[in-house]
Amino acid sequence: MSEFLQQLINGLSLGAIYALIALGYTMVYGVLRFINFAHSDVFMVGSFIGYYLGKHIPENTVWGGIVILLGAMLGCALLGMLIERLAYRPLRGAATLNVLITAIGVSLLLEYSGQVFFGATPRTFPAVFPSANFNFGNLVISTNQIIVIAVAALLMVGLQLIVYRTKIGTAMRAVSLNPKAAQLVGVNNDVVISFTFGLGSALAGAGGILYALNYPSIDPLMGVMPGLKAFVAAVLGGIGNIPGAALGGLLLGTVETFVNGSQWSTYKDAIAFAILIIILLFRPAGLLGKFTVEKV
Amino acid sequence: MKSLRSLRHLAAFAAVAASAVLSAPFARAAEPIKVGEFACLTGKDATFGQSQHKGILLALEELNAAGGVLGRKIELIAEDNQSKSGESATVAKKLLSRDKVVALLGEVTSGRTLEVAPLAQAAKIPLIASGATNPAVTQRGDYVFRVCFIDDFQGTVMAKFALNDLKAKKVATLVSVSSAYSVGLAKFFKETFVAGGGTVVAEQKFSEGDKDFKAQLTAIKASGAEAVFVPGYYQEAALVARQARSLGINVPLFGGDGWESEQLLKIGGEALNGTYYSTHFTPENKEPEVVTFVKKFKARWNNETPDAYAALGYDSLYILVDSIKRAGTTEGAKLRAAIAATKNFSGASGVTTLDKDRNASKPATIIAVKDGKLQFHKTVAP
Repeated sequence: MSEFLQQLINGLSLGAIYALIALGYTMVYGVLRFINFAHSDVFMVGSFIGYYLGKHIPENTVWGGIVILLGAMLGCALLGMLIERLAYRPLRGAATLNVLITAIGVSLLLEYSGQVFFGATPRTFPAVFPSANFNFGNLVISTNQIIVIAVAALLMVGLQLIVYRTKIGTAMRAVSLNPKAAQLVGVNNDVVISFTFGLGSALAGAGGILYALNYPSIDPLMGVMPGLKAFVAAVLGGIGNIPGAALGGLLLGTVETFVNGSQWSTYKDAIAFAILIIILLFRPAGLLGKFTVEKV
Repeated sequence: MKSLRSLRHLAAFAAVAASAVLSAPFARAAEPIKVGEFACLTGKDATFGQSQHKGILLALEELNAAGGVLGRKIELIAEDNQSKSGESATVAKKLLSRDKVVALLGEVTSGRTLEVAPLAQAAKIPLIASGATNPAVTQRGDYVFRVCFIDDFQGTVMAKFALNDLKAKKVATLVSVSSAYSVGLAKFFKETFVAGGGTVVAEQKFSEGDKDFKAQLTAIKASGAEAVFVPGYYQEAALVARQARSLGINVPLFGGDGWESEQLLKIGGEALNGTYYSTHFTPENKEPEVVTFVKKFKARWNNETPDAYAALGYDSLYILVDSIKRAGTTEGAKLRAAIAATKNFSGASGVTTLDKDRNASKPATIIAVKDGKLQFHKTVAP
């Protein structure tokens, strides 16, 4: 039993990170209907911002950790908005395929300029938050796991509030529903889209810090696998649906952890993706996605 | 018509004359001997390649300062495989076909050396691996050599270490299934360990590039293992140690020469206290060859202490050049025979004698991590 609970905690803390990255994919898809493949590399940049900030901020302090987390979120938000302004906005209105290929291009640009600027060798991420272990019988929970789950939960609630309780959130939902109609009623689409990118990238930046906190070896290609998993999580939950992305991330992280702890650990990715295929066979729009008939 | 034919004759004559001049021996006398190196200079296992490269460069500078070999200088052409699988074959093909190197040096990891071994064999160009310990590497053909011990031996050493020094009867293993080195070492470890009366209570697996081992470690914790064998590379080993300690696994962790890196302690931190690994070399060794090597290495590389792969890289070039000298030529087959005849070569990593399977047989050093420092534990002779 304690092994089951331990695996559940491990799974949730991994899933929470997937969920944070998945939110960025899903939000951009919600307003622009395309997959921003550069998102996983914004996540990587987030870790590196934390790494460089960590050199100037004392380790193992709560305030230092919070400063690094906020710094990475801010840096990533700016990067996300910059990418949107330079690479995607000129293609607004072009075929989705063109934007998609541009996104792959931006992703490769970030990965390989990362190798030039940060170096291709893995770096050791500093211990930014003070760490300790709590024992409950056989169950061990580390502060890092608590921080990951707490920060992820906090950010997801915050996001939900922004989207449903603020003016800009209402505008985001309006653009998502119908961009032309939103423009007609006075929504500035450019501002809304820019804000969406900023918000999604900030979450990726936070994800980058939380990921590096738990797996403190970072390199410019570290975003590829978590990014792919988060994308799967977003599709699993129903792409374009914010609670769906969170649910998909947690589900995927938990399943992956349980498979990893069993005898079939070699098949962990195969099983995770098989679950995706099965769910999509029965619910083509994802777990929480609404199935809509395309009107011709 | 006639003038055209004479022009053609003239062209043919010019071509023959030119090729005769180019192939004349005196024109080639000053040309350097090209030696190719492939290494993981960047990427996940970067310290392996960096160490090997620094060792080889030091040897190269010393040899060239002493006048090179056969009256010719040695030119090193180093290529980076970015620690990626598939990349070594690409760079080796370039070294073999475009640069026409006379021999290849590298690599530290078995998986990436295995990629290049068949290419070297097909081209009949000798390959000397620095730290590739998987037995399969030199079985790829008679042009493939190594200057380090093999995993049959290393697995046996660590199994006996677990039984006799750690007094562990129940051990769990955590193996990288995508690494030939990791799978092989775990197999040899298990054979000796089980034969010696031990039980492997959990066999957990992961894949290359994984960073999350908590699930496997939770299962290992539940199995009641008294020690955990992690035959992976340093980045994985360090992350495993951190996650094991955070899950409350306080039993000893131990591994093989893949742990040998200055990055191990940087990534793992204090989680590594109470861990052990076997390797090829220790700078604390008081043999005169080792002392001189450590001194020269520190002087050349900014006071950096050499590790096993620096010593093995250094020796691999020296053994190659020694063989070229004995063969009197750089021609593939003769050079191969000369390398195969290497006997009692005394270098930085100990005495190298290549056996009929083209492997070196050398003692293994066991290192213990205590109080955040690497400490010499003991040496096991082959």
